Amino acid sequence: MNAWRQPRGGIRIDLQVIADMVEPGSRVLDVGCGEGILLDYLNQFKNVDGRGIELSMEGVRAAVRNGLSVIQGDADTDLKDYPSGAFDYVILSQTLQATRQPRVILEQMLRIGRRAIVSFPNFGHWKARLQLLVHGRMPVTETMGYQWYDTPNIHFCTIADFTALCDELGLKIERGIALDSQGRIRKQNAGSPQGNLLAEQAVFLLSRT
Amino acid sequence: MTVSPQSGAFDADAPVGQSVVLGTDRPLRLDSGIEFGPFTVAYRTYGKLNAEKSNAILICHALTGDHYVADRNPVSGKPGWWNDLVGPGKILDTDRYYLICSNVLGGCMGTSGPKDINPETGKPWGLSFPVITIGDMVQAQARLLEYLGVPDLFCVIGGSMGGMQVLKWATAYPDKVFSAIPIATAARHSAQNIAFHEVGRQAIIADPDWCGGDYLAQGKTPSRGLAVARMAAHITYLSEAAMHRKFGRNLQNRSSVTYGFDADFQVESYLRYQGSSFVDRFDANSYLYITRAMDYFDIAAEHDGVLANAFRDTRTRFCVISFTSDWLFPTSESRAIVHALNAAAANVSFVEVESDKGHDAFLLDEPEFHGVLAGFLEGAAEHRGLGRGKE
Repeated sequence: MNAWRQPRGGIRIDLQVIADMVEPGSRVLDVGCGEGILLDYLNQFKNVDGRGIELSMEGVRAAVRNGLSVIQGDADTDLKDYPSGAFDYVILSQTLQATRQPRVILEQMLRIGRRAIVSFPNFGHWKARLQLLVHGRMPVTETMGYQWYDTPNIHFCTIADFTALCDELGLKIERGIALDSQGRIRKQNAGSPQGNLLAEQAVFLLSRT
Repeated sequence: MTVSPQSGAFDADAPVGQSVVLGTDRPLRLDSGIEFGPFTVAYRTYGKLNAEKSNAILICHALTGDHYVADRNPVSGKPGWWNDLVGPGKILDTDRYYLICSNVLGGCMGTSGPKDINPETGKPWGLSFPVITIGDMVQAQARLLEYLGVPDLFCVIGGSMGGMQVLKWATAYPDKVFSAIPIATAARHSAQNIAFHEVGRQAIIADPDWCGGDYLAQGKTPSRGLAVARMAAHITYLSEAAMHRKFGRNLQNRSSVTYGFDADFQVESYLRYQGSSFVDRFDANSYLYITRAMDYFDIAAEHDGVLANAFRDTRTRFCVISFTSDWLFPTSESRAIVHALNAAAANVSFVEVESDKGHDAFLLDEPEFHGVLAGFLEGAAEHRGLGRGKE
């Protein structure tokens, strides 16, 4: 057993929320899979046919060393290679805000997958709003821990921004789950104004309409 | 199976360095259209085929390699070319897998090639040997597997020209290949690589002792031409960084330059040694034929010019590996294979290993490379139902 392989329930809670949305035995593409912790979990406990794309070679090597099917690639450029409908789920976990073309990526995800699962930090959380209002400075919070000049997150959005884009693209929001900074589920619907105020991060299950 | 083994039943415990005559009843149909057979295949196996016949791995060797993967080479006296990888408890574990490697068609280490006697004339084939392709090499390997009673392969693995054979196997016999590991290779030989090969061939052809390809009958050897071919090729297997680290501008057994054309520099001396030792173990005409086979290699061309078509509906698990400093088969070539596999929604892993050792890195002790191989094989073995190995 590899050191980072952990027993059930041992993955980060926000990853667990994503994993729980995936039907057993399905075909999954994890975009920005890192070392493949979620993929490994899905392989072990959901018996999926799982693949991954990861930008950092370090992450790719670790994933492949652990027997996962992962390629080095870039979400911004490489999703277009895949044929339409090749996967049941395309997952983008905590990566959307770091891509150059989030809109194109969302479109691509729902072209190659029947469903997409997207998680991202919520810029609309009250702490972020308050920091901007009171201090007039770009928010730095637990889920958004970078200064403006060194952040990889070049396309922050609020939950309301995200759902507006989904509407524009004609995507159906099947589920929206609000999470706190620890990844624990909050009771508010992520897509509601309360969710946008109180969720530090969110996970959305999308499908084509 | 219509091919009948010439030497009776196959004996798994038979000693090192076997060979078999195949294609007596059913000659090979070469890509050139020529029917060729019977032909001899020299091969080596390690480990045992399990009862389910599910643990066979075919190792494909590179341009100047041979089937002595993990044995002392009988000609050069050196350890096997993948000794680091093949053996009990190693990544290609002989306690766990049944490993097969054969000398390629057109080669000079026992499999039929231009230095052998043409049975119809009683003289060496020379240039009357048919031009062969990577696909022909693979066809000959498929016949060997029939003879060995191996229905399909758990894995096909190889680097450089070996990687071309891996890709050919995966596209010509997709149902027989459970997993494929093409290393430091390309789906087609690039213009630059064809150009390097042409330099090597012209060096051989320009040697008067080549005798229009008939040197064996005339008792000569085009040693100078073959040595120059090897010297030029050897440069392409290294990297500038590796060469600089190994030799720099160091002088060879002297304290100053001689103002002449001796091998003043260590790098010159090294290349001359590489050239002259190669001549002892390789046949010049084989070099022409095998480099040609690589030049002709272009999988996309066989599939309407679209590489992804070659992999359509494939169920094979692929692990594509390249090395950062390899400029002969650069990462961009591997990436083209990966893009095509993605377009076919194939199961693929792709790793570019950091190394400054150039193309030769696939033959060397590179821990990162070996870690990736081990992980991929372990995952594939689990899916194949071969269980988990020792950890």
